[in-house]
Amino acid sequence: MTIKDKAAIVGVGATPYYKRGQSYPETELSMACTAILGALDDAGLSVKDLDGFSIYSSSCDPAEVSSVLGVPEVRWATTLTSGGGGCAGALGVAAAAIDAGMAKCVVTLMTLQQLNKRLGGSAVNGLLAYATMSDGSSPYGGSGVPPSAAFTANAGLLSPGHSFAILARRHMHLYGTKREHFAEVAISTRENARKRPGTALQTKELTLDNYFNARMISDPLCLFDYTQESDGAVAVITVAADRAKDLKQPPVYIMASAHGGTGRWGPGIFKYFQAPEEEFASSGHRPVAKRLFEMAGITPKDVDVALLYDHFSPLVIMQLEDYGFCPIGEGGPFVAEGNIRYGTGSIPVNTHGGNLSEAYIIGMTHVREAVEQLRGVAVNQVKDAEVALVTGGPASLPVSGTLLRRA
Amino acid sequence: MSINATQGVFPTIMTETHASEFVQPFWDAAKKDKLVSARCTKCGTFRLPPGPFCFECQHREIEWVELPGTGRVYSFVVVRHPLAEILQPAVPYASGIVELDGTQGAGSRMIVNFIDCDVDTLQIGDEVEADFEHVNDEMTVIRFRPKR
Repeated sequence: MTIKDKAAIVGVGATPYYKRGQSYPETELSMACTAILGALDDAGLSVKDLDGFSIYSSSCDPAEVSSVLGVPEVRWATTLTSGGGGCAGALGVAAAAIDAGMAKCVVTLMTLQQLNKRLGGSAVNGLLAYATMSDGSSPYGGSGVPPSAAFTANAGLLSPGHSFAILARRHMHLYGTKREHFAEVAISTRENARKRPGTALQTKELTLDNYFNARMISDPLCLFDYTQESDGAVAVITVAADRAKDLKQPPVYIMASAHGGTGRWGPGIFKYFQAPEEEFASSGHRPVAKRLFEMAGITPKDVDVALLYDHFSPLVIMQLEDYGFCPIGEGGPFVAEGNIRYGTGSIPVNTHGGNLSEAYIIGMTHVREAVEQLRGVAVNQVKDAEVALVTGGPASLPVSGTLLRRA
Repeated sequence: MSINATQGVFPTIMTETHASEFVQPFWDAAKKDKLVSARCTKCGTFRLPPGPFCFECQHREIEWVELPGTGRVYSFVVVRHPLAEILQPAVPYASGIVELDGTQGAGSRMIVNFIDCDVDTLQIGDEVEADFEHVNDEMTVIRFRPKR
């Protein structure tokens, strides 16, 4: 028994996407509520119907949100552990809650405002604060600095970009992957974003020359290999499949969902460098992909559009391999042959413009695009799209994937 | 405390080890220019920094084993953009992972700054050796440089 086809996404809501810090004077709380109300309205439901939260990466505090919105009764409030790796997986948790009869109408959301903080900046700020503090007190809080910290702190790896550059370089070394391949991910994604002015944050043409002339940041990663830094909120509503049929929008069924990963992939950035050799230069998604396709009873060939978590361009290539769209190690040539292009490729990827060019709301923009594709209303609509893959991570364990299908 | 950085060398930003009794032998050895790793007394798997259980056999007891202090570059990043103004003098610097000779590799890899190297020609697989900088009575920073 699995959650296959037991639940469906019936509503999507979002705020505008803003460049980092530009959402002020909105707050993370106000944007979360706006997205939730939008998603409920989209479904033809109201706050009176909402009874569950299935979130990830501490996206919001269900206590605050339900208090502000006046949710009559909360019956389910869970979060997947760790960070953005859980976004697709939180949909599976929502489906499981509904299938088990624990809740009837569950929201999954992310809200993000980078006004006084910057994602990925915490290590830098924490360590440098530590280094420049005169009294020796700890930026790690009351529990003090863990004994493991001194083994890594002075190495100079401070940000997610540094960590993912290390995975990317190992992939280049093992398989001959080139910067031209990363460029194709960045350029094809930008082409998709260019057709969505008003939604996507970056719509200027990106050429190969622009790419190679860009500032190197964490070599081999240049500026265009990095995600956008954004503010905004996106929420989706999940209900039981039989109830979904009677609502306002065509239902988008959750065919399968899985989260997790190999134990030794571990706690992620700064620490997952102990992953086994065979999995090191990967997205960490392989075990999740296997369970996902088994649950759905389909193969990668049956997927019409892939919305892959693209905080850094090389990780799209590694996910294409790990989800079986091409053999391990052949992701570079696979993208170079045009396979991920919208309109012409064998598996269009990130038709919305992805994190790289549209916006970064820690994975939820991909969920929104998958739903729009399967409703047939996407701007870059894949013709007759029936099945979409959405992924979360790579990040620390769990990473996740969800397969969605139209009615 | 101010930070004095030179190009290619990531400055010492943590000057205390915050060591528990469990990991203190690592720092005691480093003070004497020796590189050691914890090894499971039951199955012989190296783990560094050591978790409280062996990830292969879940045994707890460890012994500290002296390693040759050499290894190979497993992967690295060349940091060209400083994440803070005070790191400007340090860039570009190369940092990444070294797989240590005398160990099984994964599980006892070290995360280090690669110094005294040309960041544009450093390669995965390059042989490197440990460099010990004695910062104070407590902290020794271990970096790696191309093997001479």
